[in-house]
Amino acid sequence: MSTEDIVKRCEQLFEDLDFNAVKQWKAAQPGRKAIGYMPIYVPREIVHAAGMLPVGVFGGGDQLEVIQGDAYYQSYICRIPRSTIELGLTGRLDCLDGMLFPSICDVIRNLSGMWQILFKDKYVKYFDVPQDYADGVGGKFYIHEMQAMRDDLGKLAGKPISDEDLNKSIAVYNENRKAVRELYAYRALKPWQAPTSEVYLVLRAGCVLPPEEHTVLIRDYISETDKVKRPQRDNARVVLNGSFCEQPPLGLIKSIEMAGCYVVDDDFQLIQSWLLDEVPVTGDPLDELSKAFLHRSAQTASKYDDKKEDKGKHLLRQVSSRGAEGVIFAMASFCDPALLERPMLQDVLTKHKIPYTAFKYAENTGQLAPIREQAGTFADSIKLWSAA
Amino acid sequence: MSTVIAGKDPKKKEVIKEDAMWLQKELINRNYHEIATAHQNGRKISATFVPGNLNELLMCFDFARRLPETDALQNGLRKKSGKMILEAERDGHSEDVCTYVKTDLGMMLQGQLGPTGEPMPNPDLLLLSYTGCFTFMKWFELVRQKYNCETVMLHTPYQGDGKISPAMRKYVVDQLKDKVIPAMERISGKKFDIDLLRQYMKESVKAEEDLVRVLQTAKHRPSPIDGYFGAVYYIGPMFTAFRGVPEATKYYRVLREEVEARMRAGKGPITPEGDMAEEKYRLVVEGPPNWTSFREFWKMFYDEGAVVVASTYSKVGGVYDFGFRHDPDHPLESLADYCLGCYTNLNFPQRIDMICKYIDEYQADGLLINSIKSCNSFSAGQLLILREVEKRTGKPAAFIESDLVDPRYFSGANIKNRLESYFQMIKQKRTAAASAAAVH
Repeated sequence: MSTEDIVKRCEQLFEDLDFNAVKQWKAAQPGRKAIGYMPIYVPREIVHAAGMLPVGVFGGGDQLEVIQGDAYYQSYICRIPRSTIELGLTGRLDCLDGMLFPSICDVIRNLSGMWQILFKDKYVKYFDVPQDYADGVGGKFYIHEMQAMRDDLGKLAGKPISDEDLNKSIAVYNENRKAVRELYAYRALKPWQAPTSEVYLVLRAGCVLPPEEHTVLIRDYISETDKVKRPQRDNARVVLNGSFCEQPPLGLIKSIEMAGCYVVDDDFQLIQSWLLDEVPVTGDPLDELSKAFLHRSAQTASKYDDKKEDKGKHLLRQVSSRGAEGVIFAMASFCDPALLERPMLQDVLTKHKIPYTAFKYAENTGQLAPIREQAGTFADSIKLWSAA
Repeated sequence: MSTVIAGKDPKKKEVIKEDAMWLQKELINRNYHEIATAHQNGRKISATFVPGNLNELLMCFDFARRLPETDALQNGLRKKSGKMILEAERDGHSEDVCTYVKTDLGMMLQGQLGPTGEPMPNPDLLLLSYTGCFTFMKWFELVRQKYNCETVMLHTPYQGDGKISPAMRKYVVDQLKDKVIPAMERISGKKFDIDLLRQYMKESVKAEEDLVRVLQTAKHRPSPIDGYFGAVYYIGPMFTAFRGVPEATKYYRVLREEVEARMRAGKGPITPEGDMAEEKYRLVVEGPPNWTSFREFWKMFYDEGAVVVASTYSKVGGVYDFGFRHDPDHPLESLADYCLGCYTNLNFPQRIDMICKYIDEYQADGLLINSIKSCNSFSAGQLLILREVEKRTGKPAAFIESDLVDPRYFSGANIKNRLESYFQMIKQKRTAAASAAAVH
């Protein structure tokens, strides 16, 4: 497949709010089950080891008309829970046999209980993750949480999940994460060859494709896009931060690029790069997943920073390792974790003399001109004054 | 007993309060003074949150105890919060986020004077008791970032499955042993004495027992208390720096005697304008109150003869009315259970069950939700609560919106209109039910 074909396929998957790819996967073998998960992180390895398809549910985007979902939320709540409810109530998520609600914020947490009430016949799990990072304390609790999910999914699958199954799935996801890292590294090296509007779609395909297939797709994209040279522009290299839950519309990503920015790192699909290196596949699988989470995972607003000096370290690392010249904070309106985190990250950037700009969006934001203007001004200011 | 006090401004009306309320005011003012002078007196200051407040434990180390949420609400009641919020927004904080946080940060930016006008020194320990609200975590990270205070996290897992598992309890206890207590020892320079903790807990139990009795008098007709506007005074000592303090035990004994005497006399609640005349409507309220126009808000109820017989907000710092008490025989496990059981740490089905139970046991006419912009922990999903409660109880429910301490989000006229329509609806339902009963 050519780059164009790959991107086209990913775009179709992205736009398909009926989750037909999931339905097809299930139909290919009777008895197959699929489990949805919301941002930002769940150990998909456990779902995969149960023989099920983990499906990322990242709201309804800008193509879904939210009618019923709005009846459940006040105007000051972000959009992702209302569009997710809309997807559920309109039957679009019927193909899912369960939903996982990770510990990210009060809104998603409460949505887990709403799901229990609205979709009584489905498996629903609020998946808590520790904010204490000691192996003997938070680690023990986290292993217990994972074990509970493992038991539940084993029952749903009709057979227990063995350590061997889990280690195999960890290996599959290690490979997937490796491919994601390769894609990020490639984009940072040649952002004109891998625009973020395409990279984003390639990553989003991982929400509905089996990980093995997604890994191949990522690598195909890298190899295909590298074959046809594209024009290199004198754009500003930026890291995009704060879009880890409700996703910006694709048009917004394109607008940032059109305004003269190369996005060289981001947190759109944090789950795919959450664990920063390989999880060993020879030990106790839950123990290894726990250690990876506690000691070798990304920093984000929903995760507690033990020490003041840790704040912003991951972002600074992204900036330096990707050779970025500035940071764009793009956060969903009413996103408590991101918006409360932002002033702290801005302080860190100021101390390190890294320029930044900030704006808010909703997944259905249609007015992109102001954002394009702001991003353009930011890119110009970097190019004109930063290095000088 | 109740006391009348004339306002400083002769044009202002006299305010009537129960004697226990005056006792409480004294406690609060004294605590602010203790905080202001703590460092001069060689004491360390802790700050922590109302849900998951480990007051007895903090007392074991002689911390002067600050609760930034109550600082913010006190500033709201005193009409100071609006400017503080603007100050924080000018400093880069989003208009979308919690106004308690911004009031606290704004207060610091304005020179760190507390609600009573006394200095509010930096805390030495931020006990990040992370119960039922994600914003708490960011709040103390923000305070730490600006003022360099030491922060200790106590992560309380959420009751996603509607129960407290042994693993959840163990996780909280392990954190207390592994991190929280050692940090308190280090910062305060005092060794932990578990027997002292037990002793404080024994005091807590007495006060908890009396608080529950007070809140449950609202089952009586007429209710001698308002379980929302009045209850925010009643829960004050228990939810803040006084649980486990003998003065708090005394406060609750006095309060209980006063309230039971009112009940025996067939009296309704004391409002700021005196005894409530006639009880026309009995309501259950979900959600915190608005603080900046608290008196105006309350008046909309008592003017119409509406009394709140039970509220979920009065359980935000601990749910005691279903049997939980601090247990001196199992002190750390009991602290864990307390944190795990706070209202906003309950899942949605549990919250709905609780409200339905209140409507039934307190013979309420319906449910009113005061949805607070600042507080997603309470507010996200409340419209489903409304539907479910209506469906299960057959009682009418209504929805109003305001904010905790942001005066920009309190629209008195709108709220009054909605309340009047709601009371009208209850009346019509009652008339219809009575007619139907007469026909049969």
